[in-house]
Amino acid sequence: MTDFVHPALLFILGALPIPFLNGSIRKAYLLLIPALAILAVLTIQPGSYGATQFIGQEILIAKVDKLSIVFATVFTIMALIGTVYALHLPRPGQHVAAFVYVGSALGVVFAGDYLTLYLFWEGMAFASAYLVFAQGGRQAIAAGFRYLMVHITGGVVLLGGVILSGLSTGSLLFGPIAGEMGVGAYLILAGFMLNAAVPPLNAWLTDAYPEATVTGAVFMSAFTTKTAVYVLARAFPGTELLVWLGTAMALYGVVYAVLENDCRRLLAYHIVSQVGYMVAGIGIGTEMAVNGATSHAFAHILYKALLFMGAGAVIYVTGRRKLTELGGLYRTMPLTVALYMIGAFAISAFPFFSGFVTKSMVIAAAGQDHRAVMVLALTMASAGTFLHTGLKLPYYMFFGTDRGLEAREPPRNMLVAMGMAAVLCIAIGVFPQPLYALLPYPVDFEPYTGVHITESLGVLMFTALGFVIFLRALDPENTISIDTDWFYRKGARVFMWIAGKPLARYEKAVSDVSETAALPFLHGAARAGLWIDLTAVDAVVNGVARSIQRGGGALRRLQTGVVTHYVLAMIVGVIAATVVFTVASR
Amino acid sequence: MIKRVVDFFGDEEHASQRRRLFYLVLVLIVIADFLVHREHAEYLWDRLPGWSAVYGFLSCVLLIFVSKFLGHRAGLMRREDYYD
Repeated sequence: MTDFVHPALLFILGALPIPFLNGSIRKAYLLLIPALAILAVLTIQPGSYGATQFIGQEILIAKVDKLSIVFATVFTIMALIGTVYALHLPRPGQHVAAFVYVGSALGVVFAGDYLTLYLFWEGMAFASAYLVFAQGGRQAIAAGFRYLMVHITGGVVLLGGVILSGLSTGSLLFGPIAGEMGVGAYLILAGFMLNAAVPPLNAWLTDAYPEATVTGAVFMSAFTTKTAVYVLARAFPGTELLVWLGTAMALYGVVYAVLENDCRRLLAYHIVSQVGYMVAGIGIGTEMAVNGATSHAFAHILYKALLFMGAGAVIYVTGRRKLTELGGLYRTMPLTVALYMIGAFAISAFPFFSGFVTKSMVIAAAGQDHRAVMVLALTMASAGTFLHTGLKLPYYMFFGTDRGLEAREPPRNMLVAMGMAAVLCIAIGVFPQPLYALLPYPVDFEPYTGVHITESLGVLMFTALGFVIFLRALDPENTISIDTDWFYRKGARVFMWIAGKPLARYEKAVSDVSETAALPFLHGAARAGLWIDLTAVDAVVNGVARSIQRGGGALRRLQTGVVTHYVLAMIVGVIAATVVFTVASR
Repeated sequence: MIKRVVDFFGDEEHASQRRRLFYLVLVLIVIADFLVHREHAEYLWDRLPGWSAVYGFLSCVLLIFVSKFLGHRAGLMRREDYYD
């Protein structure tokens, strides 16, 4: 254990002192923790750590292998970038939430059993919800509650699946689902797919992310969906269902992005689209496809964060988020424009940017697996990606109609964070070998062939031609789009109506019956009871009462009325019960 | 330097230069696609030079109009106070 420092622990315990630090000491501390975590991940050795027993089940706190190391590497790098981006925040709340969130994500990535995984899974949901609530305002708080409700529901589904599959297989160790998929396995899959935002379970993402704080959304864009990609890659590689859902997802996000007017919601729909490539790659399940999905997750975290940071900078400076209200910012924010565009080229998979060396691996894997329809669909989604994040969004946000907005470059720490992500986006694109070496399987793929470069440029630049020709058709409109959150947003209203009207009427009817029929009977019974009570029971009661009085006096001395004492007593009780239970179950 | 590049893409006075540069790039890409060496063509379209240009353009047009159709005609797009 001494040679292994769990990076999750660094973040979660490291979050505790943040509220007590101030000024530049806090800033230094905030940067120190992610830096230490990067170091811990770089020096980590594959193996199993923290094996123990809990209520008769095997627990494995950390199982380190190549797949978990890739994700942990990019998670810790992203934590550092996100922290730099949020460094100017005066209040500690969001820093604490972000650290717990990152720590939980790392906990999931190293979890060797389902109980550990589930614990961190829920930690992620709660910590990230804070980043939405912290925005304040009616809209954000409502979205935060919806986000929390959806994730708690997903968590319950996951737990149900874990228990069912644990009962049938006898082990809670987390690994590839073997053999026939039972109900338990499907429930686990559903829980994972919810966090990966696979339609129709996608609406929580596009609902909540644009409502989060400027800095919080950057963290959210990176961790929740990508931990889901990791657990899918671990447990469900080669599941045919995922191929089709992933491909559909890639196009789904692109279609909605055409309709979207909110800049960060547009980017959120492109998370759905990009995660579609990863889900599809995992569904194919070949070594190359899983490599592609993993490397694409790595690249995606960095360029998506860069795009969210760019859009966040615009919101931070102007206070506006709708494309219909933005435009003409390139004069005052040229650096932001340039950094944003690097992210846009990376997500669109331009040669020498990170997406080019990772996304193409997924598409090539689909081609090798003789899935022509999928190749065509994913290529079409690539065109759509460039159309929106590379052309439409920057055009209407930075260029287009000049709205005469007062703007300036964002604070320096924001620009530095964007610069860090941008450097990595280009570095991965130009030198893909270090990333390829990290991947779970040996890589036999060369992205830079002549055909690949000309074909990619052909698709992308002729998409740009379509954009130029049909520019007016793409003008943003002041609307919102109905997604699958319609069911619970409107459904909640139906539920409230049922609670308000029929249920209330039923309750009134029941109380009427009790008043007319049940009450006279009860009165009679009470009179008879009183007679028995007065004659026979009193004697007994008086005796008992005296002894209780004496006991009560003793108890009164124990009752301090201080809540913390009660809580302490409850915790002691829970621990005692657990001890008794574990000893008894041996 | 960065500001000058960004301004080149934003300022109205460079519009005609931008357009010429753009068309030049398009032509060069198609020419390059004809010249490039194709080893193993897995699918029919892999053997067609210029296919990616056509497919990219058609994808773009299809995505724009199918999405807008779904938004306007199938009722996906609603007023902003729809949920209030």
